Amino acid sequence: MAKLNVNGRVHDVQVDPETPLLWVIREQLGMTGTKYGCGIAQCGACTVHIDGAPVRACSMPVSAVTEAQKITTIEGLSPDSSHPLQQAWVALDVPQCGYCQSGMLMAASALLASNPKPSDAEIRETITNICRCGTYNRVIAGIKQAADANARRG
Amino acid sequence: MTHLAQPSRRGFLKASAALGAFTLAFHVPFPEEAAAQGAAQGATAPEVNAWVVIKPDETVVVRIARSEMGQGTLTGLAQLVAEELDCDWARVTTEYPTPTQNLVRNRVWGDMSTGGSRGIRESNDYVRRGGAAAKLMLVQAAAAGWGVPAAECTVDKGVITHARSSRSTSYGKVAEAAARVTPPVPASITLKDPKDWKIAGRPLPRLDTRDKVNGAQVYGADLKLPGMLNAAIRDCPVFGGKVASFNATAALAKPGVKKVVQVGDSAVAVVAETWWQAKTALEAVEITWDNGPNGRIQQADINATLAEGLTAREAFVGNKNGEALEALGKSTRKVEATYSFPFQNHATMEPMNATAIWTAEKCEVWCPTQNGEAALAAAAQASGLPARQCEIHKIHLGGGFGRRGWHDFVHQAVGIAKQMPGTPIKLLWSREEDMLHGRFHPITQCRLTAGLDAQGNLEALHIRISGQSIVAGIAPQMLQNGLDSRVFQGLAQGGNEFTFGYAVPHLLIDHAMRNPHVPPGFWRGVNLNQNAVYIECFIDEVARAAGKDPLEFRRALLRGAPKHLAVLNAVAEKGGWGTPAPAGHHRGLAAIMGYGSYVAACAEVSVTSAGEVKVHKITAATDPGHAVNPQQIAAQVEGSFVYGLGAAFYQECTVKDGRMEQENFDTYPALRMDEMPAVESIVMPSGGFWGGVGEPTIAVAAPAVLNAIFAATGKRVRQLPLKHADLKH
Repeated sequence: MAKLNVNGRVHDVQVDPETPLLWVIREQLGMTGTKYGCGIAQCGACTVHIDGAPVRACSMPVSAVTEAQKITTIEGLSPDSSHPLQQAWVALDVPQCGYCQSGMLMAASALLASNPKPSDAEIRETITNICRCGTYNRVIAGIKQAADANARRG
Repeated sequence: MTHLAQPSRRGFLKASAALGAFTLAFHVPFPEEAAAQGAAQGATAPEVNAWVVIKPDETVVVRIARSEMGQGTLTGLAQLVAEELDCDWARVTTEYPTPTQNLVRNRVWGDMSTGGSRGIRESNDYVRRGGAAAKLMLVQAAAAGWGVPAAECTVDKGVITHARSSRSTSYGKVAEAAARVTPPVPASITLKDPKDWKIAGRPLPRLDTRDKVNGAQVYGADLKLPGMLNAAIRDCPVFGGKVASFNATAALAKPGVKKVVQVGDSAVAVVAETWWQAKTALEAVEITWDNGPNGRIQQADINATLAEGLTAREAFVGNKNGEALEALGKSTRKVEATYSFPFQNHATMEPMNATAIWTAEKCEVWCPTQNGEAALAAAAQASGLPARQCEIHKIHLGGGFGRRGWHDFVHQAVGIAKQMPGTPIKLLWSREEDMLHGRFHPITQCRLTAGLDAQGNLEALHIRISGQSIVAGIAPQMLQNGLDSRVFQGLAQGGNEFTFGYAVPHLLIDHAMRNPHVPPGFWRGVNLNQNAVYIECFIDEVARAAGKDPLEFRRALLRGAPKHLAVLNAVAEKGGWGTPAPAGHHRGLAAIMGYGSYVAACAEVSVTSAGEVKVHKITAATDPGHAVNPQQIAAQVEGSFVYGLGAAFYQECTVKDGRMEQENFDTYPALRMDEMPAVESIVMPSGGFWGGVGEPTIAVAAPAVLNAIFAATGKRVRQLPLKHADLKH
């Protein structure tokens, strides 16, 4: 039995402790916004936050997470798709197939939380998620638009 | 290629579902009375016609027959219908009719296959007529209610007005009556001139973005059904190999495991409560494979077979004028080069999957598919049930790129479900399974020989392609006396899809077909990708050998191909060709026609003395004839460079002991954000034809960059991917 704090709610899960956090989130908790892409921490489709830091959940055993750690998934990024990144994503039509975009948004939101005004170079260096449709340039534009919106809001 | 199905006298329906060259024919018992039924799922109001449902709350539901996999077709097709319908775009939503409904209704929605960049260009005419017919019926219903001539009524954003009597109503109010109006003959309808478009032709936001930013979009891998179990599968890694035996004792003892089953003659699947349990238990199944003779095949064997084809006496002729071999024999100045292009996996972000329920009476499948009708054929075949007792529920695709037009995963899911009647089974491939069991981009080599005259003009050209034919691997019945015409994409004589643009007095383009045991498939861009590398890099080589500027050399050869020339000129001008580049930057060009569109690129790269390549910027031009949504075309162009550059730099699948060596993104890297160039996209529709946009630009990515790399280093990369090239200079 593990206790997990996901999106502000504590869940009891009964699962093999070696099960990756990704599959606990998807299969035990039923939240499927976090995606499986590679299983070896290469593609980033499974990115969630643990205490605000981006983590590739496919390669983190659930036993490595404690109840005290706050996990945020795409479903918890905002209650109503109002996060500045989500707004920018809609305004710029960033997604194509969209499968990687949960992970993109979680990686991008972690970046903005630690670096409110990242340069192009910092974005390119930090966001290592794979998108096969090829949305990278709109992702960069979306992050910058969200950063600007945050700055205006103060 | 695609045949509209007609019910025969015996009450049987024969339908063909096609994806590119892939055609499946199957027979469906077809009760005559069923023809009258069949409103698509989800509609709560009667349809005006097959394309349009308008609800009392004024919501306009546009039916979309093609699949949405990120390429924006769903929005573009809705724009075309809405344009002719003159409805309020803000109220437009979409839904997919199912493949079975399409069969029952005599293929009223036409072809559902979504490949070959055909989604919009091949259905634009009939979907616009569908929208226009619905408008006429809605207006007729309103006019009849008022007792006025329909011709006196006008429509704006779904509001019908009769000015003379100062009356107006809305689509939602008359939709039910409109459903009873006799439909106009589609051919009698005059469509709008594209210059009058108000909804189509505009860079409108996509209709399917919102759920993709909050995790709400359900992909096949996310599907949940009551009582559903999860399956993981391992197919024999060696193509053509089989299961000799397996021992499931250890796997069955694992938590959550319900069953271990053989699927077909080559795969074993574990069914468990969760997918993670199934995947973990699958690793504990001891499988003995019978690899068969393919288990001894190595990549070097395949390469050698292709190399032999480069000089083989016999080859299929795809394009010919003059006497190229004779002219080359006499030529005093020849240029010759050999290129190669590897196997590649599509590597969609969402691995292959399908969910199936089987009973003796019915088989239902939920799956992301590029061709719902071919998925239905697969379900019917695997289930042993007539197609009308099967149903495919199309789910949004986490990437397609051609892979999801092939339905091996549907066969497998149904094959498992059939062994557990009544239980929904979700089969999800691991990334490793997805990499090992692709339908791979075909492998080819190419030897090009050019003859120059004394003035350095290209007098004769022989292009010998040696290698794999997709059609031979997928649908050999479609070969024409053994020839696969699709091998010559971009190099074809005439036609309106893949026309070779260069005027060469003596030309021979031929193909020595050499088919390895690796299953080929349509990989976004298909044969245009390597053909563009071959011709556009080689033309650059010939231009340099002739001492001419690569742009001027191409311009002279494109004198009879004004649309090829226009996109080339556009990228040369916007890309700064002939003007000084930033320090250390070098430029390269490429242009080609494919999928009915004309595309060109000017790449700007730098290469460090240690050989590290950086692509800084690409200027791209596309003439698709008509541009339905320019911002989505720009998105496709940008995405095409990601797909094409990832392939050019890194991607190859290599054979060892009959199977692929690469199993994940660590050994099969994709392009990432730090390598993404700036892209300036010029969308320049010249009108009068309809070209596709999802694929053609991929083809110019690699040659433009390779030509720029030559400009930077003096080194020609002729073997892809270029990770193998030593570019130190």
